[in-house]
Amino acid sequence: MAVTQLSVFLENRPGMLDKTVAAITAAGINIRALSLADTKDFGILRMIVSDIEKTKAAVSGDTVIKETHVIAIGMDDKSGALNNILRILSADGINIEYVYAFTGAVRGKAYVVLRVDDVGHAEKTLSANGIETLSDCDIKEFLE
Amino acid sequence: MEKYYQPEIETASYEEIRRIQNEKIVKQVRYVYDNVPYYRNLMDKKGVKPDDIKSVDDIKKLPFLSKDDLREAYPYGLLGTDLKNVVRIHSTSGTTGKRVVAFYTQHDIDLWEDCCARAIVAAGGSDEDVCQVCYGYGLFTGGSGLHGGSHKVGCMTLPMSSGNTDRQIQFMMDLGSTILCCTPSYAAYIGESLAEKGYKPEDNKLKAGIFGAEPWTEEMRQGIEKSLGIKAYDIYGLTETSGPGVAFECSEQTGMHINEDHFYAEIIDPETGEVLPEGSKGELVFTSLDKEGFPLLRYRTKDICILSRKKCSCGRTHIKMTKPLGRSDDMMIIRGVNVFPSQIETVLLKEGFPPNYQIVVDRVNNNDTFDIYVECPPELFSDKVAEMQNHEKNLNAAMRSMLGIGPKIHLVAPKSIERSEGKAVRVIDKRKLH
Ligand SMILES: [Zn+2]
Repeated sequence: MAVTQLSVFLENRPGMLDKTVAAITAAGINIRALSLADTKDFGILRMIVSDIEKTKAAVSGDTVIKETHVIAIGMDDKSGALNNILRILSADGINIEYVYAFTGAVRGKAYVVLRVDDVGHAEKTLSANGIETLSDCDIKEFLE
Repeated sequence: MEKYYQPEIETASYEEIRRIQNEKIVKQVRYVYDNVPYYRNLMDKKGVKPDDIKSVDDIKKLPFLSKDDLREAYPYGLLGTDLKNVVRIHSTSGTTGKRVVAFYTQHDIDLWEDCCARAIVAAGGSDEDVCQVCYGYGLFTGGSGLHGGSHKVGCMTLPMSSGNTDRQIQFMMDLGSTILCCTPSYAAYIGESLAEKGYKPEDNKLKAGIFGAEPWTEEMRQGIEKSLGIKAYDIYGLTETSGPGVAFECSEQTGMHINEDHFYAEIIDPETGEVLPEGSKGELVFTSLDKEGFPLLRYRTKDICILSRKKCSCGRTHIKMTKPLGRSDDMMIIRGVNVFPSQIETVLLKEGFPPNYQIVVDRVNNNDTFDIYVECPPELFSDKVAEMQNHEKNLNAAMRSMLGIGPKIHLVAPKSIERSEGKAVRVIDKRKLH
């Protein structure tokens, strides 16, 4: 039930982020969530978007783009909710590469994206603890 | 089957080789001084007399010849004998500047063909073999050289010349060629064409190939060996020194034996001209020991190589040279270390990167900076920062082990490296050293 994330390689030059985001929005794509990892040499732009294929077409001429499966969870927007999830995963020895958050259409809900190596394992652990993960379909739905 | 073409000389002791070389060089320098005014002039300018050269150890006293000298002396300035003694010429393709024309007496042709015959026998050839020569015939040395060598060994020789691949394949399959002589890229092409026609590697009778006249990599060798079902041997030579066969590979495939009884090799520092000890990397310089028509002394090849006299399992005693590792005109000196773009290319290919890169050298606070920008291939791109940094780290380590110094690696987007007129600009040297 994982969610598909797109990552884009960004050279560390002024305007690269602007250019990429502009290309995506110009193609009529809604960027649902976004996070930028930055090093001295390059950046990696990670996104959850409304249309994966369209995004790839809009960006791929200039750079490298890659699909990865990540876990997305909707949770109550109150303190301790994220902590709880992280504790459950780490208790099962699941290492999280990175996390980013975004807000949804539903009032009072917050969403997080978690990048783990074994998505299936993490999902099982979460569902055993009563936490449901979102799918690509869910993401599409609540965009409408 | 003979293992060597001329066993006495190919397996002679070091002392014996030295004795032959010393004897020849004394005569050769006198011969050149008397017969080649252009070189006599260079020696006079340097204050060296033929009597100063008593052994090959004295060769370092002689002036160098470069491609520029050959152009300046064109056409007859370096001819070493009367035209009536010359039986043939060969010429370089002349892509840059004036062509070079080399002259051969019958004696020169004989010694050259002997060298090629040694190469063919080292590749397992004998009079039982069918040798298909698809190097170009004509002004280019490749065709005639291997053709003559093949005759000397007694192979049935197929003088195919280059091109017309369908005909090449038809003769190869119908007559059962066992040895293929051509450029490595053409060998690879023949391999592909055979596969396209539905032939498997075991369908042909080929057992060996002698490939040269252009740079090729170990990966190419493996590809050719697999697609043709053969062992692929390297051969080295230049028109200026005769043609192919100056050096050739043996069954060990770890470098090429130089025919030292005819060609004396030195490795020099391309910047200073100083002779470097065995095992050093530098520019290869050849002195012909007994040629008559075009007797070049200390000719700078611009090829960067390493020489080694390590004992070879084939039993040959002649010194070995590596495949050219680069060209001296491409050499950069960074933090005192000689660096060649070709080495960087080798590392990139080995580490799974495309050979699209740019080297930027600068000097900041009297220290050289060394940066390599490399296009990140889609397969290596990751959404994880650590993984991307690992690619950079690994590439840095691989570069350091090849070059002796570690560049800073920068991954950049595919197709982002500047190209001028379609050709990538490989090196940007911002230092103002001169
Ligand atoms: Zn050997």
